[in-house]
Amino acid sequence: MTIRTARQDRVQHFRPRTHCLKKLEAMVVEMQDSKSGVKGSEQKLNVTTIPHVISGKDVIAWITNKMKNTTEDAQAFGTMLVAYGYIYPLQNHRKLVMCNDDSLYRFQTPYFWPTQKWFAEDIDYAIYLAKRNIRKKGMLEPYEQAHYNHLHEWLNHKWDFIVMQATEQYKAGKERKKPDRVVFDCQERAYWIVNRPPRRTHSALDVGPERLIDPNIDEKISFDQYRRMNMFYQQAIMRSKVKSSVSLGALVKYITTYKNHDPFLAPCLPSNPWQTDNDSYWTLNMRRVDVPTKMRVERWSFSLFELLSDLRGRDDFKIFLKKEFSGENLAFWEAAEELKLGTASSMSTKAETIFKTFLAPGAPRWINIDGRTMGLTVKGLDHPHRYVLEAAQTHVFLLMKKDTFFRYLKSPVYKDIQKKAQSPEAHNFSPAQLEQNAQSRSPGIHPMILWQQEEEEKAKAAAASAPVDVKAMMSKIDRKK
Amino acid sequence: MRSPLTPEMATQEVQLNETLAHLKTESETLKTKLEEERAKLHDVELHQVAEKVEGLGQFVMKTRRTLKGHGNKVLCMDWCKDKRRIVSSSQDGKVIVWDAFTTNKEHAVTMPCTWVMACAYAPSGCAVACGGLDNKCSVYPLSLDKNENLAAKKKSVAMHTNYLSACSFTNSDMQILTSSGDGTCALWDVESGQLLQSFHGHAADVLCLDLAPSETGNTFVSGGCDKKANVWDMRSGQCIQSFETHESDINSVRYYPSGDAFASGSDDATCRLYDLRADREVAIYSKESIIFGVSSVDFSLSGRLLFGGYNDYTINVWDVLKGTRVSILFGHENRVSTLRVSPDGTAFCTGSWDHTLRIWA
Repeated sequence: MTIRTARQDRVQHFRPRTHCLKKLEAMVVEMQDSKSGVKGSEQKLNVTTIPHVISGKDVIAWITNKMKNTTEDAQAFGTMLVAYGYIYPLQNHRKLVMCNDDSLYRFQTPYFWPTQKWFAEDIDYAIYLAKRNIRKKGMLEPYEQAHYNHLHEWLNHKWDFIVMQATEQYKAGKERKKPDRVVFDCQERAYWIVNRPPRRTHSALDVGPERLIDPNIDEKISFDQYRRMNMFYQQAIMRSKVKSSVSLGALVKYITTYKNHDPFLAPCLPSNPWQTDNDSYWTLNMRRVDVPTKMRVERWSFSLFELLSDLRGRDDFKIFLKKEFSGENLAFWEAAEELKLGTASSMSTKAETIFKTFLAPGAPRWINIDGRTMGLTVKGLDHPHRYVLEAAQTHVFLLMKKDTFFRYLKSPVYKDIQKKAQSPEAHNFSPAQLEQNAQSRSPGIHPMILWQQEEEEKAKAAAASAPVDVKAMMSKIDRKK
Repeated sequence: MRSPLTPEMATQEVQLNETLAHLKTESETLKTKLEEERAKLHDVELHQVAEKVEGLGQFVMKTRRTLKGHGNKVLCMDWCKDKRRIVSSSQDGKVIVWDAFTTNKEHAVTMPCTWVMACAYAPSGCAVACGGLDNKCSVYPLSLDKNENLAAKKKSVAMHTNYLSACSFTNSDMQILTSSGDGTCALWDVESGQLLQSFHGHAADVLCLDLAPSETGNTFVSGGCDKKANVWDMRSGQCIQSFETHESDINSVRYYPSGDAFASGSDDATCRLYDLRADREVAIYSKESIIFGVSSVDFSLSGRLLFGGYNDYTINVWDVLKGTRVSILFGHENRVSTLRVSPDGTAFCTGSWDHTLRIWA
């Protein structure tokens, strides 16, 4: 056919998303089996008779039967066969989809399959476009013309070779019988549509940026790497693991606990905003509502983590702690979080404030942690880094989790909010009302505005709860006198 | 032509090779031992534990919104904590912030590069981060003034030596975690652009990452082209757990809501569930008829459902416990490149190479 230079086997596994090609090929081979494959027939297309033409609905029916799935599934699969270029459409050649009707398709010749002729090089494309230009000037489509101009520019040094190849191919083509020529032209055109898709065509070979590192190169693993790997394995072996029954049981328990809170599993009240276009569900669950919903209050009881993650819950917890005069643990935990997640430049100032407020002997909000942790933390504060309070923070969190949290759940504060909590009625919109909702979707409050409000509230709260500096207060009073 | 070896050099080289071979055998022995230790504690399969759990009913999930506005393939998206706004990025360099509920576009930024493969919304709702072929991750503070040029306040935070594949804010606006085609992940301080910690261990491009939702919040998982999913300690930069059971690139990793497990989606057309406490893979979500890769996965709020966006333009919904597929969704006209469940679990959003985003509920 055409003289090609032997190409290095690019071994496509470092090209993304090509793992499926082996299975696809096996399927396509089966589909072409003379006995059990898809039945083809001869079709007349523009004066020429084309052999082995298949119809979309036959292909889909074959796939449905073979894979034992639904027609929709099979249609999606069929579309992929066309998108990868294993099957090409005869009529609407730019739309790479499988239609479940009498649309005509043909199997692509293995020569043009993605695995065989993977790297569709620019030089081959230039030869193809030049050949079509030779055959009939002005035959190229606008996008092809644009490609042609671009290739002519940057492959200019090879243009003589390209034109020579194109002329050779054109001459060889003329010597073929007309039906063969038409078939080959269709195949070649289909190949290039898949590899150089026009703008609105979705081709599966459009893979995006290549992967940078080929994971299949037999890497020479160095001495150091082996030592590191072995250390990792040793640590992994020694790490305590949990029995499957225990950890899987925990996963199941989590699902059971949250089952009624999952909008995909249980209806959210009053209604899912995306389904009814009414955003009451979000308004009722905002950060600073007076009366939270029953579901929200229930969720606070699932774990201390849930209670603290929902800022409204954290507020309620703070009310309880204030009554117990034990707010310093949570305050310390919050301060430690801020240190961990704050900017690098603010760390030393924050660390100092935390030390003065919570850890120094006689500090106004001294936290009661064990001597060893206290010692380690204070020592670490000499050279503060992001995780310097980690040990103390974990200790305090566990204290709250194991003791304070459960007392909170049994306290009048929590029972009170449980009683007060509202349970909204489910919406029951008529189709007309739904139409109305869709026309008047509320824009809500912008998160940036809410954030600014939050920051202001935090600043106020910090000022209110800051430990009173007695000396400064006294000197102020003295000055007034 | 090698220079002639002296007797001393020859013995040295032989010694080195012996130690290398020695290490290699030791490595293989240790690996087998690890597998044995893991197997010892494996007393039950997930579907056995799930037998007592009731089955799921029929699902009716439909496209509730279609967001049109990108001029090219949508590569990535992220939700805002307000549960209705999203940020999306595409191949043509555009990053758009939408109010998905009203479908209004609120902000648009044009990046100086194409293939913006990563984008993230800041927890405060006041900024977005994005990056791609420019090898950087940049943070754009948003503004309530529609006429303001956001590109003016752009801040370059992360610098990698190759494309940025994923980025995520930690629990504050002040730190960003990134993964890159150069095989590393890194933690950055947003204000100063300082590198706080880097994570080395993947042998090939790192394609995805996810932060743990746990109370300690100090770990994250990453997946790469070396078929490995690694769990990292953010404090020390060490890889603490590693799983290598996939047969091809891992395109997406996502933590189970409790933080004790994570799911991964790969080009080998399977999604897998890994249990961190038992230190092993516990489930494979696959079907013979599904042969196209998974680009993106996410859990529903309770963790019962696993949503997967696939390269054959479909979305498959899996029952995490029983391992069966409960639903398949059609609608996109090209591969689904990104999928995220909203923060309150009321919907999930998919972005596709067909230039659109869809919200499903």
